[in-house]
Amino acid sequence: MATLRQVGPLTGSGSATTLRERLWNARWCYVFMLPSVVLGAMFTLYPMVSSWYISFTDWSGIESEKRFVGLDNYREVAGDDAFWSAFGRTFAFTAAAVPAMLILALLAAVVLNDASLRMRAVFRTMFFLPVVTTTAIVGVVMSLIMNPFDGPLNAALLNLGIIDQPVDFLGDPDLAMWSVAGVFVWKWMGMSMIYWLVALQTVPQELYEAARVDGANRWQTHRSITVPMITPFAVVIILITFVGALQTFPLVQAMTQGGPAFATELVELYIYRLAFAADYTPRLGYASAVAVFFGVTVLIFTLAQAWGVRRANAMQKDVKGGERR
Amino acid sequence: MTVPTTSAPVEPATATVTAPPLRRKRHGWRREIIVSLILLPICLIWIYPFLWMVGSSLKTDTEIFGSMSILPEDPQWENYSRAWYEANIGPYFWNTIFITVATIAIVTITTAMIGYVIGRYPFPGKKALVVVLIATLFLPEGYTIIPVFDLINQLGLSGSLWGIILAESGGAHVIQIMLFAGYFRQLPRELDEAARIDGAGFVRTFWTVMLPLAKPAIATAIILSLMRVWNSFLIPLVLTLPQPELRTLAVGVYSFQGENMTDWSGMAAASTIALLPIVIVFLLLQRYFVEGVAGAVRG
Repeated sequence: MATLRQVGPLTGSGSATTLRERLWNARWCYVFMLPSVVLGAMFTLYPMVSSWYISFTDWSGIESEKRFVGLDNYREVAGDDAFWSAFGRTFAFTAAAVPAMLILALLAAVVLNDASLRMRAVFRTMFFLPVVTTTAIVGVVMSLIMNPFDGPLNAALLNLGIIDQPVDFLGDPDLAMWSVAGVFVWKWMGMSMIYWLVALQTVPQELYEAARVDGANRWQTHRSITVPMITPFAVVIILITFVGALQTFPLVQAMTQGGPAFATELVELYIYRLAFAADYTPRLGYASAVAVFFGVTVLIFTLAQAWGVRRANAMQKDVKGGERR
Repeated sequence: MTVPTTSAPVEPATATVTAPPLRRKRHGWRREIIVSLILLPICLIWIYPFLWMVGSSLKTDTEIFGSMSILPEDPQWENYSRAWYEANIGPYFWNTIFITVATIAIVTITTAMIGYVIGRYPFPGKKALVVVLIATLFLPEGYTIIPVFDLINQLGLSGSLWGIILAESGGAHVIQIMLFAGYFRQLPRELDEAARIDGAGFVRTFWTVMLPLAKPAIATAIILSLMRVWNSFLIPLVLTLPQPELRTLAVGVYSFQGENMTDWSGMAAASTIALLPIVIVFLLLQRYFVEGVAGAVRG
């Protein structure tokens, strides 16, 4: 080990060397990345490729042989009502949860960003607490809290006279998904709040001081300083929150298992039911087709958003450049 | 993707705020009290589910039902022993500890190594590697669980905790890698030269010079992995379907609910056992939690 020469440090490596020499000089770099690359290849890249392959087969997971069926699974996905219902519900869930979470989080962040608020660290800790807890277990606890017969939420609402009879938050098919979405927002709001706080802290304090000296009130200050300053962050935060809102499985599975009457069966839960939870023969091939189809849809959506982010940031820079000139 | 250094905490910059004039101060004081008085009840309601959970874990079932109070009349510690022994939360607890410790060790070492070379050295193929890493950020977990399940079975690991550990360690830990890359990048160049003069090779420079300097990054990376592994659900759920004895706490409490629907106090005790460790670690090491989460946006 000691006989091998040091790899050239960060910059300024000679460009005249051949690729072979450069590869050899960087040999320790490859050794160092090997464990990560092998693990990533096995459990991230291979599964991606493999799920495409499995999606073209008919396979229950029990027999070792995967029977190739071509595009049959995808044809079935296209005409699968249960899938399209789950797809629609996932869309509705995201459309409701993401804006609610972002707005609540921004509100909390603006209030907690005030340096003169001495207890802000305590408040921040409390808002962030649900984020660090185990989602599936929180789901179990929340299903007890929302229980229509003995749960404390109904007890509280009855005592306050807001309702006359208990509400079945998770058992009513028209209500269940919104109850779950509400818990989802509560669970992850602290995460978005931290994102917004990071954005808010990039705004120089002097700007606020200057605005105050100029006699601007709080609302005016936020509109003319905070909003334009955090817009570039906002697009990234929206993107991250959107991707996060698709990871619904632990919470929803623990709270309702997709019920009542499939009212909360989002795509992730549908895939799980097809592959692992079925009372009939598991259909891993078909479940993979659903997963791939959904994954590609999400990816296209994310890429479109990311492209939008770049455009928005570029425009922002143009505007700023123009102002400076 | 540029990456933050761990040195800047998220805490608002209190130090830079100069003392405002007296009149404003009195005005700000009143405002502070009003804001605090509004926020405090909201925050208490916000964490009420956890307070209720801890309270209920010490109550009898009849005491829990239909009541929103938190404090138990007479603490029922046997709820905990019932959860620990009869509902098997004890073994699940040790399974979770084992999986968490092993996964954190593997992830921290491997991501520090790859982050080190990405952050400090040029090598052919670096750009492609970074692009692939970032692409995996947008991959939903549900998309890969079926092949992961298949792979663990084919490796013959479906009957052991190592299957779960490997699957957890193998997920792309891009944030940790970028965190280390960013941290190692900003360490001064002179360190390499000094180490070389001392005759240290590549491995020894990393192990004895660089890694000890990266303690803040290591702490953040450990916390990020802890949060992910302790709370993981889909992977352990799918991999322990045929082997209930390998369950983690998340899967165990979830199954408890299915099996003992009416034992609320037992469920609350089991949930408390599962959540308390991560909550305590969070309260003690908050800075690193917040820093880890914040890294995603700063990047």
